[in-house]
Amino acid sequence: MKKRKSLLLSALSVFLVTLLSGCELAEVIVFNPKGPQAQKILDLINWSLFWIGLIVAVVYILFVIFVWKYRARPENENYEPPQEKGNKVVETIWTAIPVIIVILLMIPTVTTLYDLEEVPEGYEDEEPLVIHVTSADWKWIFSYPEENIETVNYINIPVDRPILFKLTSAGTMQSFWIPQLAGQKYTMARMEVELTAVAEEEGTYWGRNTSFNGQGFTEQEFEVNAMSQEEFDAWVKDAQQNAPKLTEEMYAKILEPSHMGKETYSNTHLEWVDHGDHHAKTYLNPEMYRLDYGYPGKTFYEEHDRVIKQHSAGSNDGGGHSGH
Amino acid sequence: MDIKWDKILVTGDPLILASQIAIVLTMIGIVVGLTYFKKWGYLWREWLTSVDHKRIGIMYMIMGVLMFFRGGVDGLMMKAQTAVPENTFLDAQHYNEVFTTHGVIMILFMAMPMLIGIMNIVVPLQIGARDVAFPQMNLLSFWLTFAGALLFNISFVVGGSPDAGWTSYFPLAGKEFTPGIGNNYYMVAIQIAGFGTLMTGINFIVTILKLRAPGMTLMKMPMFTWTTLITSLIIVIAFPIFTIALLLGALDRIYGAHFFTVSAGGLDMLWANLFWLWAHPEVYIVILPAFGIYSEIVATFTKKRLYGYTSMVLAIVIISVLSMLVWVHHFYTMGVGPAVNSVFSITTAAIAIPTGVKIFNWLFTMRKGRIEFTQPMMWTLAFIPTFTIGGVTGVMLGMAATDFQYHNTLFLVGHFHYALIPGVVYAVFAAIYYWWPKVFGFKLSERIGKWHFWLFNIGFNLTFFPFYLLGLMGAARRMYTYSAESGFFPLYFISAVGAFIMAAGFVAFAYNIYWSTRYAKRTTANDPWGNTRTLEWATATPVPHYNFAVIPEVRDVDAYWDMKKNGDKYLTLEPKDIKPIHLPNNSGQPFYMGMMAFLAGLFLVFELKVLFYIFAALFFAGMIYRSFDYDEGYYVPVEEIIEKERTWRDDSKWKAN
Repeated sequence: MKKRKSLLLSALSVFLVTLLSGCELAEVIVFNPKGPQAQKILDLINWSLFWIGLIVAVVYILFVIFVWKYRARPENENYEPPQEKGNKVVETIWTAIPVIIVILLMIPTVTTLYDLEEVPEGYEDEEPLVIHVTSADWKWIFSYPEENIETVNYINIPVDRPILFKLTSAGTMQSFWIPQLAGQKYTMARMEVELTAVAEEEGTYWGRNTSFNGQGFTEQEFEVNAMSQEEFDAWVKDAQQNAPKLTEEMYAKILEPSHMGKETYSNTHLEWVDHGDHHAKTYLNPEMYRLDYGYPGKTFYEEHDRVIKQHSAGSNDGGGHSGH
Repeated sequence: MDIKWDKILVTGDPLILASQIAIVLTMIGIVVGLTYFKKWGYLWREWLTSVDHKRIGIMYMIMGVLMFFRGGVDGLMMKAQTAVPENTFLDAQHYNEVFTTHGVIMILFMAMPMLIGIMNIVVPLQIGARDVAFPQMNLLSFWLTFAGALLFNISFVVGGSPDAGWTSYFPLAGKEFTPGIGNNYYMVAIQIAGFGTLMTGINFIVTILKLRAPGMTLMKMPMFTWTTLITSLIIVIAFPIFTIALLLGALDRIYGAHFFTVSAGGLDMLWANLFWLWAHPEVYIVILPAFGIYSEIVATFTKKRLYGYTSMVLAIVIISVLSMLVWVHHFYTMGVGPAVNSVFSITTAAIAIPTGVKIFNWLFTMRKGRIEFTQPMMWTLAFIPTFTIGGVTGVMLGMAATDFQYHNTLFLVGHFHYALIPGVVYAVFAAIYYWWPKVFGFKLSERIGKWHFWLFNIGFNLTFFPFYLLGLMGAARRMYTYSAESGFFPLYFISAVGAFIMAAGFVAFAYNIYWSTRYAKRTTANDPWGNTRTLEWATATPVPHYNFAVIPEVRDVDAYWDMKKNGDKYLTLEPKDIKPIHLPNNSGQPFYMGMMAFLAGLFLVFELKVLFYIFAALFFAGMIYRSFDYDEGYYVPVEEIIEKERTWRDDSKWKAN
């Protein structure tokens, strides 16, 4: 028994050392926030880790003591354990303490939830930069309505200025996540939700979709470049002057299931459709999602969709799966 | 009818081709074997048509073990694919299909049949009944579950697998984004199995409420019976929600409706709500019986009464109520606002309180006991520390604000594997080791069991602990690969190694069954563990088909322990007390209905509606036939009972004839 315990302990320590050497703390991006929203969440995570560590410690200590002390041995073969039914006082205590811990965890949870909806402290007076986020299979489309710029798969933002993301989707549901700046929110078709974030440090942050949406899901990432206000303004100016214009035909092509590199346009698709609007028209291409194996099922079209299908150029070549 | 014959079988992938060949060979092997050994009649009479709850339970268990194998292979394929960065063992589409079937099979066709199998074997015995309340409906439940599982399992070789995740979120799961028939399998196969589960729920509620032995009040029921009762209640409340969700999903996919579509004003979040209104209680449907199993085992192998029985009962009742009130925590991120998220954070965290009460009660049952390290007890002991990790990380996920960083990452996947593997799989193993001798008359080997235990436990922790860290590093769930620069490689690799160690543990388990069946010492002792406490141990081993020669009277929670300590007329029964016992006859009708459900489902999946209507009508014909069935059952003659009782009642009265 003793041998087994020590074996278990050494196995456990080897395991932990391997784990810790496997990842450096900087790589654990949730613990490496670069903005007040992510920082607030991290503070709450640390608070919860403390209490949870306490609970785990108590359970483990009791577990080890009881298993060790009351194990069957040849000497206690004839021991008749007492047939105790329970103890009201003890049971009340171990109900009451978790209740207190739950309250201690829930109060900051609720306050943080409300905080995250607000513009972070110190930035209330700043005019937020509005960016419309439209997710599609399998790329991210960003529109800057005030600057009249549209980008695909990357955004540039100024540091120390609140960014108001208006999230929606052109098709499947996705989840918009820039772990170092803010927690995630879903993008849903014909629905709009808002997310506020501030970057306090210049740098490139990584964002992705975390909500599975088919074949191209894994590669659906984007980049956030946080830069000084001057750099940002220069970029805006450059894009407005030099980037190509987006047409509805080009846009319909972008919405087809595919992967894309980074792109920049000097106007936005909001001119002809806002997918966050409940009555937005749809740009769907069911036939382009066909696999080259398996039994085909029937697809259904609304009259209204059919018009758009004919309208959008080159989207009806059917067959074959796209992507990669 | 427009049938595309050339597209029915899935082609073009060597892995799938190998499976197709293996399936055909296995089927030929089974047919040849049954014919050669002339076992067709035996199989039909003794098993496929048997309404005996113990045999149905065993059939559920066999199905569960097979599905565990299938789901496990899916898991290993995923681990092999993600073991190294940029791996090409599986492509994205194949990986998506594999994790979808892994999830569905493990929850619905492994965990549920295993636990329902154990419930079938144990509950009627624990409450001193001769069978469940509706034995033939019980068999129908089994065949519907089997039909659903069979239908779901053939998808990857016939027609194509579902590929929208076990949550099958719309609009992805709709025809707009997955136009093949793969996700039809999801909507139809689970529906068929779900009917079976719903009937099981009804059956066990009635059984437990109406068929308890005299003297067994509700508060004298064994803990496993209590958890089964509560589980059955949750089944009856939660499953109809899923029935409707699947129906709407099937209407969307097969009949062109627009409940969850993007076009024509469908509401995708309606699916998410309906799904989790079922799926969260579903988690407790599988975990509560496991709590019951651990409670029985802890009491037996510490030689002590279960500590805090009343608070244990209260805890499961509270958990069952709360389980219906937390579904939104699966999508805090839908942006519904801080007020809603706060409410659901609080209900979620509140579940930790009754769960904590249970953990402490188990710990205090061990205190002052005499803990024997048998296989069932080992699994119970391993459960406590591992499940605690699963539980506390559940609280972390339940705090909506922090969930914004954990949601849809491997942190979440780590959490639910830490909750469900110790919470369900360990319990199933514990239960198999514990009740095996009662059912088959021999114990599984402790020596091979230790290999099983250590390999599986070490493998499990190696596989799933890295998930927590990967999640915090930003690894989303369901990614089929990752780049070398991501820094995920070492942890993913450790995880893959762990998965194969865990698989070695499963091989040891399978070998244990084989070895013990051939070589283990046979016993007819009614109480092979020595310190058992509940009624199932108060009858012959293996359990006779009539269960109890006469129905015992109950005075205590630990009815059999009480009989042993204080004496009871049931234990000193004489042959003259025996009367003929009334039992139900076997029936082929549930098998027929199961097969009709399978065929109807198959045709619905392939969107061949006329054939679907015909076989659905043939299914309902089985119900009409049943309503004209006046079979009254049969009586077990006294001589047969005496013959059987003699094997364990070694009193002199039973020796003389």
